[in-house]
Amino acid sequence: MDFIFQPWPWYVAGPVIAIVMFLLFYFGERFGVSSNLETFCSIGGAGKFVDYFKIDWKENTWNLIFVIGAILGGFISTQWLTTTEAVAINPQTIQDLADIGIQNAGSSYLPDEIFSIETMLSLKGFLILLIAGIMVGFGARWAGGCTSGHAIVGLSNLEIPSLISVIGFFIGGLIMTWLILPLIF
Amino acid sequence: MKYIKFLLVGIIFGIVMSKAEIISWYRIYEMFKFQSFHMYGIIGSAVILGMISMFLFKKKMVKTFEGNDIHVSPKKKGLYRNLLGGILFGLGWALAGACPGPMFVLIGKGVVSILVVIFGATLGAFMYGAFKDKLPH
Repeated sequence: MDFIFQPWPWYVAGPVIAIVMFLLFYFGERFGVSSNLETFCSIGGAGKFVDYFKIDWKENTWNLIFVIGAILGGFISTQWLTTTEAVAINPQTIQDLADIGIQNAGSSYLPDEIFSIETMLSLKGFLILLIAGIMVGFGARWAGGCTSGHAIVGLSNLEIPSLISVIGFFIGGLIMTWLILPLIF
Repeated sequence: MKYIKFLLVGIIFGIVMSKAEIISWYRIYEMFKFQSFHMYGIIGSAVILGMISMFLFKKKMVKTFEGNDIHVSPKKKGLYRNLLGGILFGLGWALAGACPGPMFVLIGKGVVSILVVIFGATLGAFMYGAFKDKLPH
């Protein structure tokens, strides 16, 4: 049973994600998390301003329930299934992060330099979190999917649009990681 | 009650995202630095098994629990939509260290500041809807 409490290796996680995708299809739906962001807009009354959001969001209730499950899963895992906060990243990664101003990399899941309450309450820190979110939400809906819908489902289905999107994800991710992050902290 | 199954699948998803450290900002940074196989192994093995699932669906060897054929509707075509939207998403993914799924899992982990990211992502989706007619697709 001890392996449950250790970090799960890739060869466990990948198949479990494939099972999640399989089950959603088996239940008559399609794996894709970012469409919930549009559902939030519709529930919040965005249809009054933009016709795009005039949809019957109740059809997407299953996906909102899935998201609630994901939140519960995060809670269950943190409370009862995890004994260490440390993430065993590559020592070179730790060094690289120290060089760009992020200390103690890997001692917890997230860097304080981005996610601590203190950072969130500063203007710069708040804007970093907000702009990161805007880029994720805007980009995902423009591309018509995120990591789940494009990288997992779309690539599995051998779809060219998903391959182009995933190449885009990497172009953007590499630009941020190699060129922009070193300038921020 | 018909939604209970989606709650359970969501819980499995949340647990695996957390236990395999996919929700860790550091794992995403490490992936984009090509300094670990972890994330590539996860996505790669999920996609290979996903291909087998798709084959079973197309050959109608697996149907939905209600006995219907599983049809996987294709994603929208368009170079600009997929490439430019993808690049913007990638910039945000590497900065937040989280894509939409992990954002929600991080709420369950008790990370308050992720709420700002989720608010931003919702705002971003709204902005896309508002400007979509002016964007290349």
